[in-house]
Amino acid sequence: MRAPSSELPIAIEGVSLRNRDVTIIDDISLVVTSGPPTIVIGPNGSGKSTLIRLGMGLVAPTSGRVSWGGRANGGERCAMVFQRPVMLRRTAAANVAFALRPGERNHRARVAALLKQVGLADLADRPARLMSGGEQQRLALARALARDPEVLFLDEPTASLDPASTKAVEDIVQTIAAAGVKIVMATHDLGQARRLAGDVVLLMRGRVVERTAANAFFAQPATPEAAAFLRGDLII
Amino acid sequence: MPDSASALSLVLGGDPTLYAIVRLSLIISLSAALLAAILGFPLGAYLALARFPGRAFLTVLVSAFMGLPPVVVGLAVYLMLSRSGPLGFLNLLFTPPAMIAAQTLLVLPIVVALTRQTVEDLWIEYRDELTAMRVGPLRRVVTLLWDARFSLVTAFLAGFGRAAAEVGTVMIVGGNIEGFTRTMTTAIALETSKGDLPLAMGLGLVLIVIVVVVNALAWSARRVGEVRAG
Repeated sequence: MRAPSSELPIAIEGVSLRNRDVTIIDDISLVVTSGPPTIVIGPNGSGKSTLIRLGMGLVAPTSGRVSWGGRANGGERCAMVFQRPVMLRRTAAANVAFALRPGERNHRARVAALLKQVGLADLADRPARLMSGGEQQRLALARALARDPEVLFLDEPTASLDPASTKAVEDIVQTIAAAGVKIVMATHDLGQARRLAGDVVLLMRGRVVERTAANAFFAQPATPEAAAFLRGDLII
Repeated sequence: MPDSASALSLVLGGDPTLYAIVRLSLIISLSAALLAAILGFPLGAYLALARFPGRAFLTVLVSAFMGLPPVVVGLAVYLMLSRSGPLGFLNLLFTPPAMIAAQTLLVLPIVVALTRQTVEDLWIEYRDELTAMRVGPLRRVVTLLWDARFSLVTAFLAGFGRAAAEVGTVMIVGGNIEGFTRTMTTAIALETSKGDLPLAMGLGLVLIVIVVVVNALAWSARRVGEVRAG
């Protein structure tokens, strides 16, 4: 059951988001098209999460507009993985089944295939809330994939995981990207950005400082802010 | 104390009158709590999730009605069911079904208010995830009620406790007819006023034991469920 219309390009045009007096996103224009993963980096509080949420349609901008494939009401074929995913109080398999589109055929086979894809085939009957953080994050990935997304947003999915779990998540993300799903991922881990990025969006204080192909960004950052960020200077 | 000794022998001796009273009380209070749960869980969830004008007012009203005086509920149901009342043709006054209906109304606000609070708290946790999954309003209600199932046991117990303990509604609507609508609480009230303290004390004892047992069972079920479901 594929929706006929594409979610891409996702166009963010002149978008600002303010909460009372605090400006979280400050006049950002950005277009996300198909291709290798787009990685959003920046220090804490730079607006990465909010930008991801705007792209997912979870929050509405204060001003400006967001559109999906030219439509103002899109995002039906977007999925998202949160930094701390909420596990439904049921088994791992039931969590995946919950996210399948209604009327989907071969329920069981799909659930089994998705759990296998994220390496959780043996834990299908485990209550999701009793799984480890790394397992929960992989289950969240399976749940997002159950929606058969065209675009997958990830908001610092490995921020609270150990290196082994981080690697597992990155491997899955790379497989998904190779299968043609557009990845848009926020991270503050530069190593991770290097490993995954097709192109990079650097955010600071709610503004896009630089948007370039990953190779160029890491080899020759165009702005002094980007260079400082890459050097690991403490940027506030 | 000779009184307490004879109260105990009444309970342990298996007095048939006493057991009939206990049985009726249990049936009425559990039925009322169950009905209130069936109605109150979805209502509470709706109140937690829906946005409509007057929602705040309704929320306050429901909370206030948790403290409804049982005699007032009894009186209202009495007026509805009395021969000249709008539901008089049902001929339900002074029958167990009337008592169940009255107690359901009495405990419904408790179940709705506790459910609303539980679901609203859970919604804060689930909102982003369910919105990202494009879960529609009806499915949200079902999902949140199911995931709150262990906390909702407490809402059910609060309703049952209130129903089992009150005397006002069942007295007015049931009429305390011996062998037909006499419950533990109305019997205690009657026997005390008649001066038959052993029977009153025996019933009081049984009532407390039953409430403790029901709570212990529900609490165990909740613990087992939580451990298994996380």
